[in-house]
Amino acid sequence: MKQVAIRVENLSHFYGNHQSLKKINLEIYRNEILGIIGPAKSGKSTFLACLNRLNDLIPGSRVEGRILVDGEDIYSPEVDVVALRRKLGIVFATPVPLPLTIYENIVYGVRLLGRNNRKELDWIVEDSLEKAGLWNEVKDRLHTSALKLSGGQQQRLCIARVLALKPEYIMLDEPTSGLDPISTMKIEDSLRTLKKDYTIILVTNNTKQAARVADRTAFFLMGELVEIDETPVVFTRPADKRTEDYLLGRFG
Amino acid sequence: MRTSPKVEQKFIQVVLYAFTSIAIITLIFILAVIFKNGIPQLSLEFLTRNPADMGREGGILSTIVATISLTFIALLVATPLGVGTAIYLTEYTVESRVTRIIRFGAECLAGIPSIIFGLFGFILFVNKLGFGWSILSGGLTLAFMVLPTIIRTSEEAIKAVPHAYRLVSFSLGSTRWQSVTRVVLPSALPGIVTGVILSIGRSIGETAVVIFTAGSALRMPTSLFSSSRTMAVHFYILAKEGVSMPKAYGTAAVLVISILIINIVTYYLMEKYIRRKS
Repeated sequence: MKQVAIRVENLSHFYGNHQSLKKINLEIYRNEILGIIGPAKSGKSTFLACLNRLNDLIPGSRVEGRILVDGEDIYSPEVDVVALRRKLGIVFATPVPLPLTIYENIVYGVRLLGRNNRKELDWIVEDSLEKAGLWNEVKDRLHTSALKLSGGQQQRLCIARVLALKPEYIMLDEPTSGLDPISTMKIEDSLRTLKKDYTIILVTNNTKQAARVADRTAFFLMGELVEIDETPVVFTRPADKRTEDYLLGRFG
Repeated sequence: MRTSPKVEQKFIQVVLYAFTSIAIITLIFILAVIFKNGIPQLSLEFLTRNPADMGREGGILSTIVATISLTFIALLVATPLGVGTAIYLTEYTVESRVTRIIRFGAECLAGIPSIIFGLFGFILFVNKLGFGWSILSGGLTLAFMVLPTIIRTSEEAIKAVPHAYRLVSFSLGSTRWQSVTRVVLPSALPGIVTGVILSIGRSIGETAVVIFTAGSALRMPTSLFSSSRTMAVHFYILAKEGVSMPKAYGTAAVLVISILIINIVTYYLMEKYIRRKS
């Protein structure tokens, strides 16, 4: 029996008067890769921002409904938002290395906790880069600027930086949208390996990517969850006409 | 008949070139006059001895010390205040009527003539708080004078830091303060330093404020409460009272050269800092 890790109940989200998510209900299982597909502006990124409360930073952002992460309502007043964000790490569409060295990018979140033991940090850097599939390419230049890496390397650096936090969830927002096919393949390989230890939520513009790596796929359209099911089911026997139209490229 | 675009282009180019030349020629002219009259006065003795006989004889050591102390105090006070205000305005508030009023206030502060600042410093620090004509009164008054510059330049520099850096920092579990100190300020540093340099330049060259608040004593200052005379004030008194034009030009040359050196060194350091970062 699959274990429910995140339960989303009647989630609506508003930017001022604009409603960007409409009564979303879904469950995310532990150690699965949930793919979220849908055209631009369908609320996919907003959904991720709701899960780790990055939407708090946007003035005029408002949430209704509940999100339970490991059974805890993350919008209740006593929630430690900083701890929540460490638990649900996020990788953005555009890789944004901080203007620091590769090493310091990886340990950024760890140092925030006041952990500065050199040996521990060294170990975390190697372990995270290894898991993100970047270690061999950068192990000789850890102390050079992260801005010098290629786009694909930068994105894997961002994944490693999230892994260094020891999160339970990894959310990726179109992580390969700006990357070439080989970099994309490397990242997809990392995701398949990471699934053993993490629950992964993968937002993607590329439906084929969801078909390749996601265990289940959710289809979002204009703030609505149209359907969610096992990936093969969604791709071969979609329950909703709109899903079929989107997958066949009739719109979006 | 329309002028041809080519002619128009040429004409505008010449006019704008002339405008630019006027600015540059003025600078060169000023430097030439000061260096021609001032450089012959410069010697190790001029820099290492105190003025004697009202400034007719001796050097300008005490005025150099006074200038450095005053500027140092001004920056020591104005930098944290200014950068703090800029951080508050950019990171801790949402753009609103209140922030606009604060910003407008700072702009107004920037527009107040320095002699008025001098009067304000005289009333508040010299009289009310009883610091007398002193390095402390002068430094504090200068601090308020340069505060708007530091606020403005720091704010611009902080705003120029990509929003994505903050988002990444928050997503990695930082508090707002951590994202400010670890990502935003280091990225904004070159801009902030530029504001501080501008302020150093203004403080070093200021006369009106200093005459009102630090006085014009020629003795070597011994404490924060010593009345003292800065290079700019020394130049003003030497020139205006006709004490000694050669010594006045010598002082002016030292002033101008120090400002040039500060600018060059800072740009060099910033260049290195930026290159190391990227």
